[in-house]
Amino acid sequence: MSADRCRTGQWVEVERVLLEPADRAANLPEETAGKPLLVWVKGFALGETAPGDECEVETMTGRVVRGRLSDLDPAYTHTFGSQPPELAGVGRDLRARLAGWRAAAAGGPGDPKAGE
Amino acid sequence: MTGRTEAIMARKGEIMRRALGMDYAEFERSPIAFDYDAMMAAHGYSLDDIVAIQAAVGVGSTPLLELRNLTDLVRSYAEPGHGARIFVKDEAANMAGSFKDRRASMSIHVAREKGYAGVIAATSGNYGAAVASQAARASLACIICQEAFDSTHLGQPEIIEKARICEAFGAEVVQMTVGPELFAHMLELLDETGYFAASLYSSFGVSGIETLGWELATEMRERTGAPPTHVVITHAGGGNTTGTARGLKRAGATDTQIVSASVDLSGLHMASDTDFNRKSFTTGHTGFGVPFATWPDRADVPRNAARSLRYMDRYLTVSQGEVFYVTEALAKLEGLERGPAGNTAMAAAMSLARDLPRDATVVVQETEYTGAGKHHWAQLNFARERGVEVRAGDPRENVPGKSIVIPESPEQIRATEMDLGRMRRSYVRNALAHAVEGYEPTAEDIAFLAEDTNSTPEAVEEIVAGLRAGA
Repeated sequence: MSADRCRTGQWVEVERVLLEPADRAANLPEETAGKPLLVWVKGFALGETAPGDECEVETMTGRVVRGRLSDLDPAYTHTFGSQPPELAGVGRDLRARLAGWRAAAAGGPGDPKAGE
Repeated sequence: MTGRTEAIMARKGEIMRRALGMDYAEFERSPIAFDYDAMMAAHGYSLDDIVAIQAAVGVGSTPLLELRNLTDLVRSYAEPGHGARIFVKDEAANMAGSFKDRRASMSIHVAREKGYAGVIAATSGNYGAAVASQAARASLACIICQEAFDSTHLGQPEIIEKARICEAFGAEVVQMTVGPELFAHMLELLDETGYFAASLYSSFGVSGIETLGWELATEMRERTGAPPTHVVITHAGGGNTTGTARGLKRAGATDTQIVSASVDLSGLHMASDTDFNRKSFTTGHTGFGVPFATWPDRADVPRNAARSLRYMDRYLTVSQGEVFYVTEALAKLEGLERGPAGNTAMAAAMSLARDLPRDATVVVQETEYTGAGKHHWAQLNFARERGVEVRAGDPRENVPGKSIVIPESPEQIRATEMDLGRMRRSYVRNALAHAVEGYEPTAEDIAFLAEDTNSTPEAVEEIVAGLRAGA
């Protein structure tokens, strides 16, 4: 997060507490009941504000939402990640197995157990 | 509960009546029974109307693909003469990448017809993308409420991707931490904006899925000369099972076995801040599948149009590791790289096809789009980072939230049969518990419960007597 104030009209995210722990629904598991219910909304900043300070945004639907400035020009950073080693050989093994079984079924020289 | 939450919940009936544009009270017949068929027909759209509405907005007529390589793979280890033909309906080819477009297209059509300025839906899944996409086409404003993060602002990559795609389609996404109070906030937003409630569980939405069952029955008849012997359906809230089964019946496929399938997430609490990021599936799992089947009216509408026990013949569960393995296999053997949640039914279908004769036909009725975040690799990496053990081995050793065991060979994919008798009993218990105290079910109530559980009045009487004896 930048330490700079957001510009008026900049695309930002605000965070606000919707319910304090004492105000939450009954019958929640302990680990949930002890936490506030938080909400994040993105919109166009309606003024210049420093990160962490209260401000208002106008959302895509035109609603005005007040909250603590939590991000400027929010990014999407989700990825595919690295190859899980447990899956790396799946394609090779299954293709070999299929080829072996088909060759055997056709009466060819292939070993039906190939690839197992 | 706060005064604020209580105040909005007290106005639930009034807000939802305005936001749905229909009054469910006219379908109620007793504290237990209501007229399901009248509720489903009240929107007045015929199947042909729905097909036309969907065709105009780029929804439906998705490819039906025979999976010859996957079928032969199953035959390579099935008993001689076994190994049913496996087909898939590639629903990822819809506008926003899943069968949820069928649901959303009807909700948005109704919202526009009734003159609403916008729509609101509560969903962390593909339905959000579908509603946002259809709303964009219809020039309607759209708000999607997501249960997205734990209290440290950490979110499943799959849900983060869903937020991205909703925003890509111009929706406002309201992201919240874990908790059922999301519903109260959705009511506040409906009240504030006057928008339409594009509920997953309205009769409009569920009717939109009927075209999927109808299409696949018709296409299988053209392809093989008969409707499929089995259709396998990824099951969560029950709309997919309900809509598909109703469409199959409309197409005359009355002998087709309806097999619902969910990922087994037993032991994880759905409202837990800490369990939230220890599950690798955000839908299609037993955490929704069982509670919604055994009490459908827990939904955000007064009466849920998705009533899966009415339609399911069998309910199978599979483990997270089995679904990830099948997702990888589908890409490598069939050139179909699709999202893992939509492949839940595919894993169950491989197990099912193995035990069926070769002339049986198994249709998996959906796929979903995939991509960064919403990909089985992303899910596995996220789980590993959270301390969930990911390893190769026997998937029977999978413990939801603790370990994900990836099969070492396809023979290890074995679905588990859920006891439908137990689920019917649980449904009847819930129906009695939600009626006023001391209410005695009438003959009409018993007949309703029998229909709603795909059972007989005698069997329901027996369950009721058993519950009374046990009480």
